[in-house]
Amino acid sequence: MKMKLATWATAAMMAASPVMADLVFPSMSYRTGPFAAGGIPFADGYADYFTLLNERDGGIGGVKVSVPECETAYNTEKGVECYESLKSQNPLVLQPLSTGITYQIIPKSIVDDIPVHTMGYGRTSAKNGGVFSHIFNYPANYWDGASGVVNYLLEINNGDISGKKIALVYHNSAYGKEPIRTLEALAEKHGFELVTLAVDHPGQEQKSQWLQIRRERPDYVTMWGWGIMNQVAIQEAANIRFPMENFIGVWWAGAQHDVLPAGEAADGYKAITFHAVGDDYPVFDDIQKYVVDAGKAAGAGDQVGTVLYNRGVYAAMLAAEAAKDAQAATGNAEITGGDMRDAMEKLTITEERMAALGMPNFGPEFSVSCENHGGNGLVGVAQWDASAQEWNLISDFKQSDQDVITPLIAEDSAAFAAENNIEPRC
Amino acid sequence: MPEQLAFTIEVFLNGLMAGVLYALVALGFVLIYKASGIFNYAQGVMALFAAMTLVGIQNGQVPFSHLINAIFGTEIHHFGWHVHSVLAIAFTVVVMIILAWAVQRFVFRHLVGQEPIILFMATIGLAYFLEGVADLMWGSEIKALDVCMSEGNCLPQGMNGWIDQTTFDVFGYGFFIDNLDIVASIVAALLVAGLVMFAQYTKQGRAMRAVADDHQAALSVGVSLNFIWILVWSLAGFVALVAGIMWGAKSGVQFSLSLIALKALPVLMLGGFTSIPGAIVGGLIIGVGEKLFEFLIGAPFLGGATENWFAYMLALLFLVFRPQGLFGEKIIERV
Repeated sequence: MKMKLATWATAAMMAASPVMADLVFPSMSYRTGPFAAGGIPFADGYADYFTLLNERDGGIGGVKVSVPECETAYNTEKGVECYESLKSQNPLVLQPLSTGITYQIIPKSIVDDIPVHTMGYGRTSAKNGGVFSHIFNYPANYWDGASGVVNYLLEINNGDISGKKIALVYHNSAYGKEPIRTLEALAEKHGFELVTLAVDHPGQEQKSQWLQIRRERPDYVTMWGWGIMNQVAIQEAANIRFPMENFIGVWWAGAQHDVLPAGEAADGYKAITFHAVGDDYPVFDDIQKYVVDAGKAAGAGDQVGTVLYNRGVYAAMLAAEAAKDAQAATGNAEITGGDMRDAMEKLTITEERMAALGMPNFGPEFSVSCENHGGNGLVGVAQWDASAQEWNLISDFKQSDQDVITPLIAEDSAAFAAENNIEPRC
Repeated sequence: MPEQLAFTIEVFLNGLMAGVLYALVALGFVLIYKASGIFNYAQGVMALFAAMTLVGIQNGQVPFSHLINAIFGTEIHHFGWHVHSVLAIAFTVVVMIILAWAVQRFVFRHLVGQEPIILFMATIGLAYFLEGVADLMWGSEIKALDVCMSEGNCLPQGMNGWIDQTTFDVFGYGFFIDNLDIVASIVAALLVAGLVMFAQYTKQGRAMRAVADDHQAALSVGVSLNFIWILVWSLAGFVALVAGIMWGAKSGVQFSLSLIALKALPVLMLGGFTSIPGAIVGGLIIGVGEKLFEFLIGAPFLGGATENWFAYMLALLFLVFRPQGLFGEKIIERV
């Protein structure tokens, strides 16, 4: 009888003692559908980095991390459903990976006190944290990207691109139209001519646009594309013998799967980026050892070091670092979405910090504040080497033109604040 | 020749070539609709499935490898060999015939006599099922498609130098024609000729036409509906493979390939759902129409990207005057 009582007492004590809940970093992935080729490596990288933290470090601050996945298929309706199902799990940060989904969950995230990180996509003016309290788009946004393209062209033209003709081939959607305003302002500032060419979704047929490019003879072509549009555009550029080194895509048009279908013809194609390419970083050795070789990889383990896998790893690293800051600031290992938001608003990423994580020079240094949720807007350029089948960084992360971008962000965010009766916080 | 005129001719020619590619997709729809009255929503996915199967076989990829590895903890992905394109195409045709049999045996045999809308809904289900199977079988990554008859003798891409040079010598303006489009046009012509000859001069072809004309009459003279429908779905599968190769060569083989069906719909509306020549002529009209509209009106005045909606508008315009399409059979219903 005594033995039974002791057993029950022990069981009751175990049940009553506090259990450390996992830190939840959901992955709103798209591993199926027409855009799966881009969604899989990102989702793998995001999950593998957190698995690495669990396996190597025992989680973050001693608390294990869980990464529940919700399949959005890159579909806005499904993405919103994912948001609704994930919010009950106390997520620390959400990465919707779609501009459409981001727009839908901006108001919800404020109500639910869940920070949203839209790294290199989403609503550009969310950089103004005074208006968009729960949206973060560090380290760079589309307008930084557009300026990054122009900066690079200035760099290779000795600072003078006046009289040059630059064509923008863009996906005919809100996403594709994002850079137009910035490019128009930059065209006025630097004296180049901007030609815009819209491509209808999904972009399988682009003959008209590339015939027009052949006729217009622009000096450079930049592309805001996604999905099949990228592969077709690169092939069409090769078909009309447009010099590939004068063709620069946005960071969503600069992965391996964008260039591989065109084979050798894609050699020299460039894309802007806000993180490093390749797998020559200590963090990947650890991922190989603790995650892939241990059979714990999120996918087949064959994406390590690809552009979008790196982006997933980078996003996870930035989330994990903000979580560490939140733990330090609150003195609690278990943190809430609100704690995370506060930490994200004070996040500073330095070269020392990245090097300590095994990711030296992996991304630009930046800091976040209430006024600035978008970081410093540093953009680099990578180039595809078809024979080696690898991307190489050919330009360091450089400052985008904040003189042009800042007023545009102020204007757009002020309009949003007026429409939604938001009093800027800072 | 004035540059504007030369450029218009260039756009016209490229529109014709694009139209051939649209027609290739539309042909598959026509074959099935004509023989069985089913509007096959899954035709685009069949093109995707065929192209993925072709690349998978070519590369010696183990089908369902992710599934096998997940269940048995193995690490197998490739057989370690590379299959010649011709052989890979032959194997893919066999796979498409098996698919045709399976579709007939497990789906449509159970739906004989059902309303057309039921059959249409079944093809929607089939499309999603096939897409899932293709994903499980071959994975979601984008694959480069190289169809080569021999070493270095692959499907060509890029500008045709001879046409560029010749037109430049004559008009002072070199016309751009994509080599792949030329190949696609020849293949489409051979395909249509082959289909017409098959339908006209073979026993199975005549049986197919008999079924298309009147199911019950064909049945009464001993034609096996089951066999004919398997045959038709096999032919549609073969056409889907050809379309998948041509479109896949442009963009790599990827899941967006299934969306090429959207390009075929206006072609079918215009050309008629029951006519093989209609699919070809409809494709050419849509191809040329959308390109010229984009060049002359869309890009200069409407901000561009007019091709998708213009194709449907053009088709609707034709429907106002000929509801059955250019070559479709006129339906007379007595009340």
